[in-house]
Amino acid sequence: MDTLALLATALICLPFVMAIFPAVIKVSKVRSTIVYICGAIVAVLAVITAGMWFMNGGTAITFDLPYTGVFDKIILIGDFLLMFLIIYLSIRHHKAIISLLSIVQTFLVAGIELFGPEAADTLHIRIDWLTFIMILIIGVIGVAIGIYAVGYMHGYHIHHHKEVPDHRSFFFAMIFVFYGAMFGLVLSMSLIWLYFFWEITSVCSFLLIGYTGTQEAIDNSFKALWMNLLGGLGIAVAIAYAICVQGTVNLYDVIDLAILGGQGSAALLPIAMLAFAALTKSAQFPFSGWLLGAMVAPTPSSALLHSATMVKAGVYLLVRLSLAMNGNYVGQMVYLCGGFTFFVASCLAISQSDGKKVLAYSTISNLGLIVACAGAGYQETIWAAVFLIMFHAVSKSMLFQCVGAIENTTGSRDIEDMEGLAVRYPKLAFILMVGIAGMFLAPFGMLVSKWAALKAFVDAPSTLMVLFIVFGSSTTMFYWTKWFAKILGIHASKGRDITKPNEYISMYFHAVLLIALCVGFPFISKYVIEPLMKDMYGFSNAVISEGNIAIMVIMICAIFIVPSINYLLTKNRNDKTVMVYMGGANTGDNKNFIDAAGESKELQVSNWYMTNWFGEDKLFKPAIIVGVLIIVIFMCVVIGGAI
Amino acid sequence: MTEQGIRFIAMLLYIVGAPIIGGLLDGLDRKISARMQGRKGPSILQPFYDVAKLTQKQLLAVNKFQLLMVMSYLFFVILSGVLFFGGFDILMCFFSLSTAAMFLILASTSTHSPFSTIGTHREMAQMMSYEPMELLTAVGFYLATGTFAVSDIVQAKYPAIMFAPGFFIGFIFVLTIKFRKSPFDLSTTHHAHQEVVKGVTTEMVGIEYAVTTVTEWYENVFLLGVVALFFINSNPISYLVAAVAVLVVFFIEILIDNTSARVKWQLMLKMAWGVTLVTGGLNLFILELIKR
Amino acid sequence: MKNIHKSPWLLHYDGSSCNGCDIEVLACATPVYDVERFGVVNTGNPMHADIFLVTGGINSQNEEVVRQIYEQMPNPKVVVAVGTCACTGGIFKECYNIKGGVDTVIPVDIYVPGCAARPESIIDGVVKAVALFQKKHEQKLLEENGKESK
Repeated sequence: MDTLALLATALICLPFVMAIFPAVIKVSKVRSTIVYICGAIVAVLAVITAGMWFMNGGTAITFDLPYTGVFDKIILIGDFLLMFLIIYLSIRHHKAIISLLSIVQTFLVAGIELFGPEAADTLHIRIDWLTFIMILIIGVIGVAIGIYAVGYMHGYHIHHHKEVPDHRSFFFAMIFVFYGAMFGLVLSMSLIWLYFFWEITSVCSFLLIGYTGTQEAIDNSFKALWMNLLGGLGIAVAIAYAICVQGTVNLYDVIDLAILGGQGSAALLPIAMLAFAALTKSAQFPFSGWLLGAMVAPTPSSALLHSATMVKAGVYLLVRLSLAMNGNYVGQMVYLCGGFTFFVASCLAISQSDGKKVLAYSTISNLGLIVACAGAGYQETIWAAVFLIMFHAVSKSMLFQCVGAIENTTGSRDIEDMEGLAVRYPKLAFILMVGIAGMFLAPFGMLVSKWAALKAFVDAPSTLMVLFIVFGSSTTMFYWTKWFAKILGIHASKGRDITKPNEYISMYFHAVLLIALCVGFPFISKYVIEPLMKDMYGFSNAVISEGNIAIMVIMICAIFIVPSINYLLTKNRNDKTVMVYMGGANTGDNKNFIDAAGESKELQVSNWYMTNWFGEDKLFKPAIIVGVLIIVIFMCVVIGGAI
Repeated sequence: MTEQGIRFIAMLLYIVGAPIIGGLLDGLDRKISARMQGRKGPSILQPFYDVAKLTQKQLLAVNKFQLLMVMSYLFFVILSGVLFFGGFDILMCFFSLSTAAMFLILASTSTHSPFSTIGTHREMAQMMSYEPMELLTAVGFYLATGTFAVSDIVQAKYPAIMFAPGFFIGFIFVLTIKFRKSPFDLSTTHHAHQEVVKGVTTEMVGIEYAVTTVTEWYENVFLLGVVALFFINSNPISYLVAAVAVLVVFFIEILIDNTSARVKWQLMLKMAWGVTLVTGGLNLFILELIKR
Repeated sequence: MKNIHKSPWLLHYDGSSCNGCDIEVLACATPVYDVERFGVVNTGNPMHADIFLVTGGINSQNEEVVRQIYEQMPNPKVVVAVGTCACTGGIFKECYNIKGGVDTVIPVDIYVPGCAARPESIIDGVVKAVALFQKKHEQKLLEENGKESK
């Protein structure tokens, strides 16, 4: 118990302390080494903490950090420091209006805390199965991204973007702060602590997005800031309500009260507010804009925001709240928002050719599915949501790293330029393919989640959600397949791969992890997710029958084994090679043909983007309007029910 | 015989029998089509002659990956059918079928050929058009009989069609796309008239094309099996009804094929999604209202 | 599998011609003649074709195209030259751009004369081509068996 408390303290505090090293060390080589060492320490700490808790029997435990009083003070001061930072930066960039959001919520929280009614004393830290999973994701995936960042940022500044001022010290410092904040966020059971760490992640992502300092980056970073601050305001209101009316700052008490209260009770108010905050953080429509804007940042920060941290904070909170959302208006708001986002974002992804943009929309879309699952709050959907969180974290982080490496190597991250990547850069293509397969191919994460979600929403029953899922899954299939298809294909020459070894280490690590997740999924279901269900619901049914698990395992194996066997079978065939059919007009190879003027012309084949149907200018604004409507209407209903 | 035994035999029958039935149906299709056009038409065994010939032809490789992908395509289609006739989860069958379709796409796109690339994209547009209805069909069975497992659906008291006529109509509609019948034979076609040469199968030579053809037979038998499932219940006579229904549906598909002109993908997408929403969506909505 | 003559798939290429033979070839597929009853499919793709049916002569533009299409057809394959132009260059033979009949570019197996060739004679030519198609296949099998027995 004491060791766990110590470990948790270290987990939260050490990254903040470690952030100082890269910040002050300006020598590139030394700094890299320090980042490796510190990253390794964080990862090991995370694994040890998780393992220790697992060894202790894997039951939810709550405790306090040593010197909790001091921490409380630090957090109170920290809130104000963050506020001053936001005020300073927003005035400097002539966007002072945004600081109002921060001022209102900071004074609200601090005022209630200092002068409001005394809340019941509560413990501050809780570790349960969900925390366990999150700690591992943050510790392992997050740190891997950090290691990748060392190599990537070197190439970024030295070779590719000499115009961007080199603030790598700052960049790595921010990454470590991010780790600390995320650990704090998932460990806290006090709303005030949660709020503080929540705000740190908002500010951190704001600073990371604005890294390059261009006007676009600054605009986008402020967009991210105001949306996330709006979410923060939601938490602040929830805290105020919880202290003033319910007399507690404990997240779990708030949830329990809401479960007791049921439909239409006032206890749903803080839940609605927290859910609202989570929706902003996980970039659901209408708040998707900030995550798309985050693309301007260097790739490691996108990877960090999209996979292991930031957006996962939102869905983490929603999974926490899911019990309190099951079968009431808050849950309906959340799952409609999520389902709608799942469908619309996947449509939007069809019209994009920028690799990172497709990844961004796919993140939004995937999170939509997780949010929908969490909002429904059934056992099957939570099961699916947790699986999706894991699969998504690994494959998305891998995909971002890979696209970053491809951009550094080929000078473009446009999907059209990835033609024949399998021949030009086989190693990068392999990673890209495993990642894409992990995102959508039947045997992987999406399948189990779609299966469970469909079943749950048919039972719910919610016609709209079933339709969102079936249509969304077909559009998801479309944009991934066409990307996947682009990578294969004949291309003349093999290129020189300039990806750094440390980038590869991280990427291969992810690939192995993903495959392990796939193969080990029945075990994870049995030994991790089922206890988690038991934790949350007090009982746990087998969500998915053994027959289906067997089918999935067969399919997972088949998808690797069948092509490999077929490869071995066909490898030694000495078939005559011919040119592809171009009406007999090839000029000696597969790339050129004789045009109408009798001259040789290069053949261009391009993917379909269907911009007249799914373009951003057609869908984005209506989607935001629908998103706003869903939230506003349900908020009115919840607040109306409370009054 | 035990239930396990029946399931096992059904799977085996599918693996062995599906190409025979699929090929015969294909031959029948060509015969009936010819008669509709006032021609004599080829022998009913013609598809088998074609496949036999294709296996004897020299294999010209455009890309070595292609044969590998085509064989994986065959495997996953058979897997979907085996899962279906083995009485497993119907949703899983459809998921497996989408995976299979992806291998076909990879096979055709791996050549970087202009014609098969056009075919690939049309194939993907087709997938996007039919997939929602496919998944909804599984949902329809679940609503009608309370289970996704085919082995339990066939034991139901009432046939699924009684609760899910909308799903049935929607499924028949997307079946036209899956069977590559006009007006939706965008990605490739079985007929003498050509669709941007031969769409996805343009670069498939000899054995590759033979495997693709046989795979389509497997797929068609599986899909017709789903049609039959709408009628089958615990009553043994229902199997007869189902067989008749399958033949009627098959005839209707041929009729549609011979009486309609090809549409553009935009119209296909609009129609398929529209029909899915109206038939499937409405049926779903009504069933859920009743359940409430 | 020995018999492959029941499934001859055609590829029809129209070279430098008046399109008369071209139209007669298509007439073969109409209900009146219905070549499909012999299992003939008029495919548009050399990769799937067994019999290469060429109408019209060879000019400097289509020379390379005919050669490429021939290359892209898998063995065994048969070439049929339909119409006088395809056989010899015909009425266009003396033109500045005409090289002559199809056999100036690729080996031709069956010649179907006529200007324009009648559907009956085209079908006759195709039937002869089918027999040759079968024969070539048998020869190939024989050779392979010979190799194995050695």
